[in-house]
Amino acid sequence: MRSHPDLPLAARVVGRVQETRDIFSLRLALLDATERAGYRSVPGQYNMLYLFGVGEVPISIVSDPDDGGPLEHTIRAVGRVTHGLERLRVGDTLGLRGPYGRGWPLDAARGSDVIVVTGGLGCAPVISMVRHMLRHRETFGFITLLQGVKHAEDLIWRRQYQTWAALPDVQVLLASDQGGMQWPHAMGNVTTLLDQARIPADGIAMLCGPERMMKAVIPLLTDRGMDPFRIWLSIERNMQCGIGHCGHCQVGPHFICQDGPVFRYPDIADWIDREGF
Amino acid sequence: MPRDGTGPAPVIPNPIQIKYYGNSSAPACYAPDMDSETRFLPRTDADQLLERLRVSGFPRILGPVARDGSLVFSPIHQWSQLPAGIRDMQTPGTYRLHRHADPLCFAWANGPQALKPLTFAGRELLWRAERHHETAAPVFEHAEDTPEPTAVLGIRACDLAALALQEKHFTHGRFPDPFFGRRRRSLFLIAVHCSHPASTCFCASTGDGPTVTRGHDLVLAELDEGYLISAGSRGGRRLLKDMALPPATAAQVQWAERASARATAAQMRHLPGRHLKQPIHDRLEARHWSRVGERCLSCGNCTAVCPTCFCHMELDEPALSGHRTEHLRQWSSCFNAEHSYMGHFLVRSDTRLRYRQWLTHKLAGWHEQYGRSGCVGCGRCITWCPVGIDITAEVAALLAEEIHAQPS
Repeated sequence: MRSHPDLPLAARVVGRVQETRDIFSLRLALLDATERAGYRSVPGQYNMLYLFGVGEVPISIVSDPDDGGPLEHTIRAVGRVTHGLERLRVGDTLGLRGPYGRGWPLDAARGSDVIVVTGGLGCAPVISMVRHMLRHRETFGFITLLQGVKHAEDLIWRRQYQTWAALPDVQVLLASDQGGMQWPHAMGNVTTLLDQARIPADGIAMLCGPERMMKAVIPLLTDRGMDPFRIWLSIERNMQCGIGHCGHCQVGPHFICQDGPVFRYPDIADWIDREGF
Repeated sequence: MPRDGTGPAPVIPNPIQIKYYGNSSAPACYAPDMDSETRFLPRTDADQLLERLRVSGFPRILGPVARDGSLVFSPIHQWSQLPAGIRDMQTPGTYRLHRHADPLCFAWANGPQALKPLTFAGRELLWRAERHHETAAPVFEHAEDTPEPTAVLGIRACDLAALALQEKHFTHGRFPDPFFGRRRRSLFLIAVHCSHPASTCFCASTGDGPTVTRGHDLVLAELDEGYLISAGSRGGRRLLKDMALPPATAAQVQWAERASARATAAQMRHLPGRHLKQPIHDRLEARHWSRVGERCLSCGNCTAVCPTCFCHMELDEPALSGHRTEHLRQWSSCFNAEHSYMGHFLVRSDTRLRYRQWLTHKLAGWHEQYGRSGCVGCGRCITWCPVGIDITAEVAALLAEEIHAQPS
């Protein structure tokens, strides 16, 4: 391990996609060849991205760790750092350190059916997992993907969802609170999709998005026979150090940056969607 | 409003009715470890200790010095700089020093700062970055500091307990903090058994004092005629041996033991146990959080003086040229809006929620994170709260409420 636990590495933007008006993806390559070759992550982990002279933000890695290419991050411009990152173009440089935190339970998911439920823009932490499962298709069972968004235009990776929907043993269900023109999918909350979804009673569920949404989805899964211990959630909080020191990301006794961001549901059940925590 | 600005006093139930949440039915009272190794250092000869520290490799010695109306750790060169005759008067929201006509240098409870600033600096450079002159790519360089070996004199048991807790937080995890680690290793700790607890002290109830039992290199007990001195580490034993002091007499040791027992008995405040996690978790929706939230100014003084609070923010200070920048960490507080900022909302937008966060973390969350409560009973949060909020009274009032069900 490097002597300084939170020193970023220099990285270059090697690809950039404007996903929606305020969401963009950056594909990043570490400049140092040894660091680039040695970088290993697990789906669900995140990096701290550093904008020179401005600061750092925790951003999920959306590329599959096994794809071996640049590290892809999908970012919504909401604050000072993310607005600055939005202005980076191919060839620009920034800082990157990571990966941090606990990712999705790969071992538990192998050999199982998997249902992924995401809401709003919070789907980024599962994208890497979906890509990983599809790369190693024979290792995983039936894959159910449910995604709800507020506005139809918030649905990023629309083409990717279409591709996934066409694959065998994959079910994709999408819903939007506000559909608009040419929205061929369901209207309303992601919970409205659960009736039509294939829910694997002995499978694994991976949830991510607003805590209220996740809290609403969990009883719908357990009512259909899912074991709460096989439901996993990705939680989001303010993180400044990423290494469990600065204290910002605490939810009850948990440091989201290190104990999470992915938690087994019973471990975090007392704290999610609870005002002030 | 009462003069101390505390507003309507919280309803404090009769302490006898409060259930004790702990393993034993009463706070422990430690007898000082005054065994045969205890030596006597005459007051007239006390400078000898400072001289011995200097020749043992500690050119910098910090001791309590009365300055700007409070006791602060400052560099000292001779024993006469210590606060002889000084007493502290601490009550909720008040700290005053006054002078007695006696030679006692440690007859006070504590000042506003524990050891925290010495190991976890209030503001610290973590790394620098510079844009490469050709590629403009950032080149990162971590900050290197070599802390000067420092002896600290006059540390209390509560502050040693707090140091051990912060050490656990910063250095025992997967990512040991090199700054904290280097600073901690540079310290030689000379503690003092506390003989004059303040009205705000409650370390006996948390099990952390007033007698020093662990975490020190040397420990002193102050008598009129001088100091009983014993070692708590290999370094301390070596230094004590080199001083070649006479052994303490049985009468002296007995006197020091009685002083420690008196200091325990003198404590007026207490927490109702050392294991408050469950009773607090059972009351996350208690009405009392609103009552304390109305009085709390959300100023963060309690977190700044708390010897265990570790929250900090990270920030960049770029040079005007735009080519160089420094990345720092700086003490922060769960009472600040910044602490729970999420880009599009605040997790804790009001004071009720921030006070609840602070108290539940301190007395409940720490148990799961570090195996014990995060409170060492130093009482600083009570003294330095501008409106005199008293953690022991708030806990008592909270625990007097019936258990509320979690809202669904």
